Amino acid sequence: MIPELGHLALIIALGLALALSVIPMWGSYKNHFQAMALAPSLAIGLFVFVAISFGCLAHAFLNDDFSVSLVATHSNSMLPSAFKFAAVWGNHEGSLLLWVLILSIWTAAVAVFSTPLPLPVLARVLAVMGFVAVGFLLFSLLTSNPFARLLPSTPSDGSDLNPLLQDIGLVIHPPILYMGYVGFSVAFAFAIAALLGGRLDASWARWSRPWTNTAWAFLSLGIMLGSWWAYYELGWGGWWFWDPVENASFMPWLAGTALVHSLAVTEKRGLVKSWTVLLAIFAFSLSLLGTFLVRSGVLTSVHAFAADPTRGVFILVFLACVIGGSLTLYALRAPAVSSRINFSWLSRDCLLLLNNVFFLTATLTVLFGTLFPLLMDALGQGKYSVGPPYFNAVFVPLMAVLVPFMGIGPNARWKQDSVSRWQRELLVPALVALLLGAVLPWFHAGEFNPWVALAVVLASWLALAMLRDLLSKLRHASGVGAGLRRLSPSYYGMQLAHLGFAVAIMGVVLATQYSVELDLKMSPGESHEIAPYRFRFDSLEQVRGANYVADEARFTVTRGGALVATMAAQKRRYLASGQVMTEAAIDAGVFRDLFIAMGDPIGDQAWAIRLQVKPFLRWIWAGAIAMALGGFLTLADRRYRRARSAATLTLPGANASGAI
Amino acid sequence: MHPVRKQRLLVVLFILGFSTLAVGLVAYGLRGNINLFFPPADIVAGKAPLGQPIRMGGMVVEGSVIRSEDSLRVQFDVTDYAATVTAVYVGILPDLFAEGQGVVTAGVLDGQGVLQASEVLAKHDENYMPPEVAEALQKSAGAGS
Amino acid sequence: MARFKLFLPLGLFVALALLLARGLQLDPKALPSALIDQPLPEFSLPVLGAEQILSRSEVVGEVALFNVWATWCISCRVEHPYLGHLATQGVPIYGINYKDDDAAALQWLQQLGDPYRLSIVDAEGSLGLDLGVYGAPETYVVDRSGVIRYRHVGVVDERVWSEILEPIVTRLRGDG
Repeated sequence: MIPELGHLALIIALGLALALSVIPMWGSYKNHFQAMALAPSLAIGLFVFVAISFGCLAHAFLNDDFSVSLVATHSNSMLPSAFKFAAVWGNHEGSLLLWVLILSIWTAAVAVFSTPLPLPVLARVLAVMGFVAVGFLLFSLLTSNPFARLLPSTPSDGSDLNPLLQDIGLVIHPPILYMGYVGFSVAFAFAIAALLGGRLDASWARWSRPWTNTAWAFLSLGIMLGSWWAYYELGWGGWWFWDPVENASFMPWLAGTALVHSLAVTEKRGLVKSWTVLLAIFAFSLSLLGTFLVRSGVLTSVHAFAADPTRGVFILVFLACVIGGSLTLYALRAPAVSSRINFSWLSRDCLLLLNNVFFLTATLTVLFGTLFPLLMDALGQGKYSVGPPYFNAVFVPLMAVLVPFMGIGPNARWKQDSVSRWQRELLVPALVALLLGAVLPWFHAGEFNPWVALAVVLASWLALAMLRDLLSKLRHASGVGAGLRRLSPSYYGMQLAHLGFAVAIMGVVLATQYSVELDLKMSPGESHEIAPYRFRFDSLEQVRGANYVADEARFTVTRGGALVATMAAQKRRYLASGQVMTEAAIDAGVFRDLFIAMGDPIGDQAWAIRLQVKPFLRWIWAGAIAMALGGFLTLADRRYRRARSAATLTLPGANASGAI
Repeated sequence: MHPVRKQRLLVVLFILGFSTLAVGLVAYGLRGNINLFFPPADIVAGKAPLGQPIRMGGMVVEGSVIRSEDSLRVQFDVTDYAATVTAVYVGILPDLFAEGQGVVTAGVLDGQGVLQASEVLAKHDENYMPPEVAEALQKSAGAGS
Repeated sequence: MARFKLFLPLGLFVALALLLARGLQLDPKALPSALIDQPLPEFSLPVLGAEQILSRSEVVGEVALFNVWATWCISCRVEHPYLGHLATQGVPIYGINYKDDDAAALQWLQQLGDPYRLSIVDAEGSLGLDLGVYGAPETYVVDRSGVIRYRHVGVVDERVWSEILEPIVTRLRGDG
């Protein structure tokens, strides 16, 4: 009964989404007040019914209703409750419903928080989001109904959730990631509404900035969680694989990063409006493309959902409608004549646009690498795969060249600046960074590693340049406290995000360069040293979990005789599905991670064991978290609240804080 | 030169330079970092290059997995039912690796026709065959008829 | 001219969409055979475990399945019990023992049961070549007049039979 209720709620939600995409849009052209005013209520109604539908599916999972096909194939009565709930989105149909739920959350949030927007704008924004919702609801109902029943032959128990997914990572990773992915639909909707209304101005950029920043922050966090999950759950110690599914989430992030910066230029200086609109369309298009790549089976990936060409056709058609439609609209409506170029090469405006060039190039090269196998296949050239070396070879130099400019950016003035001023401000940070790069690697490892040196130079340059900027902001304040208080949250957000980037650079390079990885045959009683740590294989035990049995290898790790950690790696066999899974033992630390994983048994009591020491690994994720927090922090900015309370006034963008 | 003209020229030059750099990076990145897929039949027929990274996919032949007693060396046969190629891998096999299941291995073919694998990917599911394996099987079907 | 520039993104997207559409087609699940609706090739081969040479005319005349199998084929072992089940239901099945060793094949049938009317020994793979067999298992549906109507690649199980093969067999039988 309850699954049918969920199905019905989904159908009602489709009706509401249809109404939302048509009525307010019509009203905005006819200047029909009631029709436009209907938009927020329809948006909230859409959210309520999708939420009911989602709740019904969750109910079926939590109560082991195996008559529902999805539950029978992706859950099991022995599964812990939290994983039963997460199992809702551990499959194609359910995760699609989660997609729609999150889209409806964003839509409702726009409806609630953007009431002071001019009504025609709000009506159009919500209508565009309604249209996207129609597409995905149709997709769900027509090709991937999550409520399909297995009647009359209801199985007595489910075939279990893939053990890889039975993890806290699955509980939080997809919702956060989708918040980011889908969040770009708001920026997209604002862009389309602006094109439709023909009013592309600074106020448009100001309205969509907080939304874009939020989505970007969620996406950063989501990608970070995905990387962390891959590291301990299926990575054998790897944390990024350039897998098509990872790329599918990374490309919108890259484009979104460009968008966040381009919006700053548009809001502050009223420049490059059509470019910013195009980026907004681009970022969301990449989200949709990611959905297509993950769910259509055109690319091979360990993460991809089961391939189904019908679904692929549906998303492709929808993709063509949304992206093709919006790009056509863009071609017809975007202001063709660019605003008169009235900024100098040496200005913050220009540096921000340089950011766009870098991030867009990075996006396109990742896109190219991801689609290259498909392209060669389509040309009949055979089955290629593009590995991590390609992506590293392309991506790393791009980022390395980007960072020097990143340090200048926040210090630069809008419109016009000079090299001599930059020299005055930044020469000291630059020299200190070079010095640190030359000294720190010796200090840490006793040898000179050029890659590490480069990373230290870049990261410390970035951090010092940010500090320099903070200091010069405080220069004219009466006191440090007063000066700090005067700076806006969006300035702090920017600082934090850029510092996060510096931390992530350190993490990525040092973890890659200093990692030691050994695959060994070990028996209980043996030990092995990865300086300065000594790994001792103490014993092999049989243990039993809620829904699995496992061989457990217990280790003690010592350093110079002192105990560092006791660790237990497992090789699990899940009872319901019979699947075997490696559960690595990880001892996390600020400066190093210790990692032990069991391979296969080799002979009597001996196992293939992987030992790893990964210095600075956590810095990668700490950096990503700082970036995300920076993104969230900008939301607290008074500018946006003021914009809310007086949105119809077009305030000049000038802001004493100088934040971007 | 007129300042606007000059600025435009600089923009064009910048775009030109930057895109050259990007294309150069891509071309460099692609060189030697992509590998072509070969089914065992093609390898036995001598179509696959020696000493270059390639990928091979098929089914792990039942009973062919030989583990070394004192190291992590594993040897196994991969078949597409038309031909069989032996692969050697030193390291930890993925959890889903099993006899009679689909597998994709990446590595280099040596003079003896043995694939020295550097990576083994497996996915284990009755209904699943790695798409490349399925395609390889279908290709040899097309060649036969 | 300035407007034209703005169409560039759209053009690029169209190219991308075409590539993706092509990508979807490149994922063929069903395998078309050159021999569909062609007569079963002529052959003259021994019967497994019997001193007899068989030719095409002796096996056509009713709607039947031709199952390509071998002892080296892992999946054949998987589908074997189900073929036995089909045989007890009265479905005529001919075996084509493909590139196999006679003694091993006979032992296999002794151990696991023999679902076949008879098994054609195709030790050299000559019939297989004519049929376009690339491996085992494969199952062909042949109608009364000896024309191949369907080719299934892979294991025949309950689902494949009830969803794909049985409707075809039923239809062919009904065709008068």
